[in-house]
Amino acid sequence: MLQPVVFFLIVTTLFPLSLSPQLSQLRDIAPGIVWVGALLSSLLALENLFRADMDDGTLEQWVVSGQPLSVQVLSRTLAHWTVSGLPLVAASPLVGASLAVPAAAFGMMALLLALGTLCLSGIGAAGAALTLGSRRASVLLSLLVLPLAMPILIFGARGVDLAILGESTRGPLLLLSALTVLTLSLTPLAAAAAVRISLE
Amino acid sequence: MATWTWFHRFGSPPFVYRIAGRCAPWFGAGAVLCIAYGLFGGLVLAPPDYQQKDAFRIVYVHAPAAWLSLSCYTTMAVAAFVGLVWRIKVAHAVASALAPVGASFAFVCLATGSLWGRPMWGTWWEWDARLTSQLILLFLYLGYMALRSAHDDLQRADRASAVLAVVGVVNVPIIHYSVYWWNSLHQGATVMKADKPSMPAEMLVPLLVMFLGFTLFQLWVLCTRLRAEILERERNARWLREEIQEGA
Repeated sequence: MLQPVVFFLIVTTLFPLSLSPQLSQLRDIAPGIVWVGALLSSLLALENLFRADMDDGTLEQWVVSGQPLSVQVLSRTLAHWTVSGLPLVAASPLVGASLAVPAAAFGMMALLLALGTLCLSGIGAAGAALTLGSRRASVLLSLLVLPLAMPILIFGARGVDLAILGESTRGPLLLLSALTVLTLSLTPLAAAAAVRISLE
Repeated sequence: MATWTWFHRFGSPPFVYRIAGRCAPWFGAGAVLCIAYGLFGGLVLAPPDYQQKDAFRIVYVHAPAAWLSLSCYTTMAVAAFVGLVWRIKVAHAVASALAPVGASFAFVCLATGSLWGRPMWGTWWEWDARLTSQLILLFLYLGYMALRSAHDDLQRADRASAVLAVVGVVNVPIIHYSVYWWNSLHQGATVMKADKPSMPAEMLVPLLVMFLGFTLFQLWVLCTRLRAEILERERNARWLREEIQEGA
């Protein structure tokens, strides 16, 4: 459960080591590092989203329970987010401090990361459900999810960038919120369809 | 009722197999004629551009490829949706046959764009909004094909990749506009001037003919690939054995 956070911390440590430890330079690239790190570590956690439920037959129970499958998938996704996405949000000030992000931007960075990881969990749930029946799911999953996650990265990184510069983050924040609402309302339907297919 | 019966036949593999076989040569001939005329008109007859000189001529391949890479994805998603909702096997075969075609067009579009960028922008790759969203489209195609090949069971591969195609097509406009938004923040949209002078007819007509030619070419390839796809899927069916014996 802790693995994604540890991965997040390690990946963000790689950048100062490989680029430059100069604080002014780090601050310039901090939004990119934080977001790429967060995306990759959530991706790492996604593989287990439905795997255990698939193996022990929980998914079949969902399907035969008579409750709408998409709602069950959504609640599973949100529960998964609290153990995979939320720890990243909690760890973000730590990473921010190490990358010379001013303390005033921590709050906005955490908020944007919370929205972004939620959104990614939504897309990832569909991706994880689609790869349930396939071999070598982890590489495939990143191939499916990452292109769809580009807008999250764009809005999120831009928002953190603006927050570091001390400017208004209203635009990216609203766009990212809209994207999150849209994703969480539509992707459970796709994920539910994919779960049904994998059980056929 | 009568109007629907002809439509229903498009769900039957034997009918589609025969129709595709009958249409393919026509599409092929049309494509060869149109592309031959378009290339001649574009490369020889059209005058050089006053700013870009002869380098602009790559547009005769680049723009049709870009248009087809997008339209292939949309068609693929529509076919996948039809297959998913009405469980029509032929629709899945269409989606499956289209994916590599669209991916190739996306690749051709990127490659020609990059070739054009070298003399025009002085670099092989520019993080231009159009190039970037085209690149992401190529990734979407690759993901679709990877998901399809990761399943052993054909029906499951069909249905799972259909869900992905539908999710992808909903996302394409979001990705497209977010990339434009990102691009306009990082660099001015100076690469292509918005107030482009409109094309004179001797440049435009070959381009339109090339669009038509590429579309016909795509239909030709689609018919051929669709037949191959049906052959593989229906390899145990009796109608296919009879069909092949008849032809032989």
